[in-house]
Amino acid sequence: MKKIFLSLFVIITFLAYSIHQQSEAKEALTGVTNSHQVLPPHDPVVMIGQRGLYRDGTYLGSVEDVFYGNIQVQAIISGGRITDVIFLQHPSDRRTSIQINEVMMPILKSEAIQAQSAEVDIVSGATESSVGFKASLAKALAEAK
Amino acid sequence: MKKIQLIMGMPITIQIKDPQAKSSDFKAIFAFFRQIDRQFSPYKKSSEVSKINRKEIIPAQYSVEMHEILAMAEKTKRETRGYFDVYREGYLDPSGIVKGYAILKAVELLKSRGLTNFYIDAGGDVQVSGTNEGKKWRIGIRHPFEHEKTVKTLSVTTEGVATSGTYLRGEHIYDPTQKAKSIIDIVSMTVIGPTILQADLMATAAFAMGKKGIQFIEATSGLEGYMIDKDGVATFTTGLTTYA
Repeated sequence: MKKIFLSLFVIITFLAYSIHQQSEAKEALTGVTNSHQVLPPHDPVVMIGQRGLYRDGTYLGSVEDVFYGNIQVQAIISGGRITDVIFLQHPSDRRTSIQINEVMMPILKSEAIQAQSAEVDIVSGATESSVGFKASLAKALAEAK
Repeated sequence: MKKIQLIMGMPITIQIKDPQAKSSDFKAIFAFFRQIDRQFSPYKKSSEVSKINRKEIIPAQYSVEMHEILAMAEKTKRETRGYFDVYREGYLDPSGIVKGYAILKAVELLKSRGLTNFYIDAGGDVQVSGTNEGKKWRIGIRHPFEHEKTVKTLSVTTEGVATSGTYLRGEHIYDPTQKAKSIIDIVSMTVIGPTILQADLMATAAFAMGKKGIQFIEATSGLEGYMIDKDGVATFTTGLTTYA
């Protein structure tokens, strides 16, 4: 029973911290209008001992053409560390408003996904986004140096 | 031999297991992909697509490849009940068909050069041929939230495997035009098809359908699918176990 309470405490503390982080990130966003504009740190952080790699602030990455569209990220540096990366532009698959007719279907199987240790030859999954993401983030961080 | 180049903003990987593979085989394929990019990119002003959108050329002047792609796009639009469409607000953007088309043509090119055991991977969309030293090719489905990991292995010898998705967790997506609408139902849709072109087209259409997409794949013969929603729950077609 004690373990359950302890776990719950840890989870709640973590959630509270995440929400706090997110609201900070959102506040830091307001006021950004131009590319490469450097904002003063929203919440001045006194660094004790360990120094961060980057200057605090909000930095815009470049717009990267990834063939299917554009990617642009914004990095938020707080306490010298990347605290959040926000996607300002990202490609998404095309959507239309036409509705598919409902048809009777067998019940499909489902499972919770789990990272596997199995070795594979090839990986299927969108990488064009990650390439553009890395390029855009690299530019944002170069600005923050 | 395995070589990677960045073309169309994505890594293109070619691995050939046949001992007679030469570096000229790789060069020919990469050159082909760059040619496709020049011809079909909607972002390059000199591309055929841009010329069509500026109404500089009429259908009679379109290339053979363009006619082929437009005919396929029309067929797919019918098959997907309008979910797959290369026209947006009157402008032609065949990007959703070009990648699969290019991979398929590149596979034919390698086969015509006498090669049988290889794969071509363009930005996570894969077409295999033959085997990997006698064993089936193992394709992992990328973990949507931990990009360096995979969640499922599919074993294939002739099929194409394509994955459509955002790979971004809903709460991290910040869309300036739709601030309130930031949560996406599904994050990844993987489709196995007889060719990469079919798999790619159907993965794109099924992804756009949201959670109903996997039922569309189930109902379409020759296709299997593995869909992952934002909560990390996968739903898959009844025939997927043939590969997994």
